[in-house]
Amino acid sequence: MKLLAVTTQLLEIFLAVLAAPLLVGWVNQCRAWLQNRSAPSIWQPYRGLHKLFYKDAVVAINASSLFRAAPYVVFSSMVLAAAIIPSLGTRLPFTVAADGIALVGLLATARVFVSLAAMDVGTAFGTLGARREMMIGFLAEPALLMVLFVAAMISQTTSLALIAERLSGGAVVLYPSLAFTAVAFTLVLLAENARIPVDNPATHLELTMVHEAMLLEYSARHLALMEWAAALKLFNYACIGIALFVPFGVATQLQGPVGLAIAVPTLAFKLLLAGAALAVLETVSAKLRVFRAPEFLATAFLLAVLGMLVHLLLGA
Amino acid sequence: MKGIPFDLQILNVLAALLLLLSFSMLAQRRIVVLVNLLATQGLLLFLATMLLAWRTGEHHLYLSAVLTLALKVIGLPWLLRRLIRRLDVYWDTELLINPSATMLIGLLIVVFSFGLAQPISALASTATRSTLGIAIAVILLAFLAMITRRKAMSQVVAFLSMENGLFFGAMSATYGMPMVVELGVALDVLVAMLVLGVFFFQIREQFDSLDLHHLETLKEHE
Repeated sequence: MKLLAVTTQLLEIFLAVLAAPLLVGWVNQCRAWLQNRSAPSIWQPYRGLHKLFYKDAVVAINASSLFRAAPYVVFSSMVLAAAIIPSLGTRLPFTVAADGIALVGLLATARVFVSLAAMDVGTAFGTLGARREMMIGFLAEPALLMVLFVAAMISQTTSLALIAERLSGGAVVLYPSLAFTAVAFTLVLLAENARIPVDNPATHLELTMVHEAMLLEYSARHLALMEWAAALKLFNYACIGIALFVPFGVATQLQGPVGLAIAVPTLAFKLLLAGAALAVLETVSAKLRVFRAPEFLATAFLLAVLGMLVHLLLGA
Repeated sequence: MKGIPFDLQILNVLAALLLLLSFSMLAQRRIVVLVNLLATQGLLLFLATMLLAWRTGEHHLYLSAVLTLALKVIGLPWLLRRLIRRLDVYWDTELLINPSATMLIGLLIVVFSFGLAQPISALASTATRSTLGIAIAVILLAFLAMITRRKAMSQVVAFLSMENGLFFGAMSATYGMPMVVELGVALDVLVAMLVLGVFFFQIREQFDSLDLHHLETLKEHE
């Protein structure tokens, strides 16, 4: 049993790290199809990373050691986050140590380091991007916490693995409160991953960019790690959504190795659907002005709180 | 939620969606979308009434469901859209306070009305008693929507949404009002709508706009 838990944990981390660029490639491909462009290969993100790892890094002359350390910190906190999220199995050695709230903390750590590194060199664009990132972050974080709290109240625990286990087991039950929070979570996912209504991932030179503005000073392996971390973040968010709202098919304690064998293709199928849905969402919506982003995230927070109230009223 | 029969679960989901629609009406800026939201709210009400009628076997509920469909999903929205076209008021409805603040006030109202409904639903014996809080919240949110709008058209839409809330409240507390009352209310709403339609034209003729703050001063020349 112990062996199986460790295997699940390792498999989960490796899968997350290796498959994250694939998810980004899939989303880009779907977007290209929807926009009637000829799609880039699904392996394109890997080629980009490969190219960046073989280049020589250039660092600004006044950059401090924080600027060099930030990519490693950001990447490793994303890997840690991937270890906590029950994407394949619910009995993981790591989940005992950290629950959903710690997960939000890990994501916040990554955000703080990205922003600090962006301000470190002192260029105008970096500072601008960092400020916007912090504005979006401080509005998105309470909404994300509220979403987690609703799921925690339903399943009486803050541990993500136990939430996924309790929600996946038993008969089909309709939770109106979870429907509210699912919408709220989608809004948070779009905002946090620099997706279209809030930020445009396809641009490198625009006054409205947020995420790209922070990475302008990075090159070569630093940039590769930052981009890989961003892909991992999207993967993590998708897995959190799957664990909270459609956890069916995840391997629980009782099922043994068979459960794990079922869990891998199930997760792949769900991610395939999630990526396609994300591409559709991005294609049908127009980018918001930056000043409308608070309104967008206030809506997410409101929906999550509403979900909690509905749960308290209906007991559902 | 476990142990609640499946049809009641669906009813709870419908109630939650009604609440969500009330909030989107609160935040919506465009009058045409507002009317569509009202029609959707009517449709949800129709589905909930049909479900309840099927569950409880109360035959008069079927009749009120059909009435809801005819009046609130088809009749009144059609009338409103025609008025919008004839008055040519596609413009954005202006909110008195910004949407985020309105939504936060709305959240407080929901907390208040859920608290208000708690003792009432503890005493009620209907299967749908837990949705009473949502009904009260829908009524009060429609109130808020009326307060925060200035244009006559959007105030009327909010008024009709309030009527939806009352209907839902009666349904969840006592399985609907007596048939006579229900018919009376339906007729009232229809007549009110027709009279208000005439009023719109009068108001516009006087002031060249449907902005109701023109009506706040008593004399024409001060």
